[in-house]
Amino acid sequence: MSEEKKVIVELDENPEYIINMGPQHPSTHGVLRFEVSLQGETVKYLIPHCGYIHRGIEKMCESLTYPQIIHLTDRLDYLSAHMNNEAVSLCVEKALDIEVPERVKYIRSILSELNRIASHQLWWCAFGMDLGGLTCFFYGLRDREKILDIFEESCGSRLLHSFVVPGGLMHDVHPNFKQSIRDFIKYFRKKLPEYDTLLTGNVIFQNRTRDLGIMSKETAISYGITGPSARASGFACDIRKVEPYSAYPYIDFKEILYTEGDTFHRYKARMDEMWESMVILEKLLDKMPDGNDYTAKMKPVIKLPEGEYFQRVETARGELGVYIVSDGNKTPYRLKLRTPNFSNLFVMNKLTAGYKIADLVAISGSLDLVIPDIDR
Amino acid sequence: MEQEQLKEKIVALLPEAEFMTNKQYLDVIVPANKLHAFVTSLKETNDLKFDYLFCLSGVDWSQYLTVVYHITSSEYGHSIVLKVKTDGRENPEVPSLYDIYATAEFHEREVYDLLGVKFTNHPDLRRIFLEDTWVGYPLRKDYKDEINIIER
Repeated sequence: MSEEKKVIVELDENPEYIINMGPQHPSTHGVLRFEVSLQGETVKYLIPHCGYIHRGIEKMCESLTYPQIIHLTDRLDYLSAHMNNEAVSLCVEKALDIEVPERVKYIRSILSELNRIASHQLWWCAFGMDLGGLTCFFYGLRDREKILDIFEESCGSRLLHSFVVPGGLMHDVHPNFKQSIRDFIKYFRKKLPEYDTLLTGNVIFQNRTRDLGIMSKETAISYGITGPSARASGFACDIRKVEPYSAYPYIDFKEILYTEGDTFHRYKARMDEMWESMVILEKLLDKMPDGNDYTAKMKPVIKLPEGEYFQRVETARGELGVYIVSDGNKTPYRLKLRTPNFSNLFVMNKLTAGYKIADLVAISGSLDLVIPDIDR
Repeated sequence: MEQEQLKEKIVALLPEAEFMTNKQYLDVIVPANKLHAFVTSLKETNDLKFDYLFCLSGVDWSQYLTVVYHITSSEYGHSIVLKVKTDGRENPEVPSLYDIYATAEFHEREVYDLLGVKFTNHPDLRRIFLEDTWVGYPLRKDYKDEINIIER
């Protein structure tokens, strides 16, 4: 081994690398693979590959009854379990022409808003962590715990509730329901400014998110982007306003809209939604009627009349559409779930092309993707 | 816009359109060869402006398949449902709308993957969830899964 070996590597002027980000990558938050073409550090194009957690929920639904389907919808976007349950329940009620008690409508909307705050808190934890701030994770989870305790007290479970069923609710809420939410709002009003101190005002954070991944309103509409990600681009797509359901028509609230459409404003839209959700919660709690009715009269076997029914619901990530085609049986003939994350995912190529690979993580974090919701 | 007014506008754009009664939305049955031109005019007509495709799905009706488009206008808020019946189920073909709505490209891949509808002119028609070597289309009614994972 006395002779020295020389290795000569010839470098192309502009070498192009194809790198797989995922399926097990911490910043994709699940099993999703991005096929990224890189030139140096710059992203040339990106192809998302999904299907790693495809469970065939739509096919399974065809052999299940409607009350059973509720339990599968939890497993779509597991952070918006309440809204998913509500979407299917509302669609079944619409088909049967059932009017649920007023109190049920209020409870459903209250739980949806709580779920929205919990979901945005977890997103905030993960987004901060994606950008290198581990402390965010502890702050966010500390406060999310309080909401999960309310869910545990009233629904019996913390993450996948299956609490909203066709006709009303699974059972009545805990007597302490209103008070514990009021306590939470009081607590979280004090804690939310800490989030701004920690992350929003941080110079490093601002430099990494401002003017990054700009999405125009036209792009958002064409790609079918919904939720806070689209509202940051000025697309007024809040289903709570467009096609109001449950108790949302009874109260007045603000739709958070920005026109900038960059990563920072997608972040800002979600932060503002947390504040707005607390206002909505207070208004709903004030108006919620007393009593103990939690369900409408339902037949033991639910059979939908022949026809097609569609229900749109605003989840924490955007618009969830449930399309039921019924042939009169107790199981649906076809059930299609239009999930928000599926549409939101495919704008990634357009947003990231031309940016650095570190920015890719920031952009995908700001879209708040939940993978089981994409694959279904 | 009310359903009756919408109906009049649509008849003016596409005289051969058939209508179906639906409590919620206006259902229009569109022939496959007219679909692309019709949707383009729906999007570009000034007082219609159907610019947001919020759901694209397919249904297997044993004799034929239908592709269902739920379209709404982000400006006016009126919605419409378009249905395209395919010619049998051996080789169903429907024109792709990817150049009108960017989101259609990926929803069409899903319908192709699970129901086997071929979208003509689609730039990248591959399976989206299942493996490329998968045999059959799971959401069809005559699909038999051999390991019996779905049916019980």
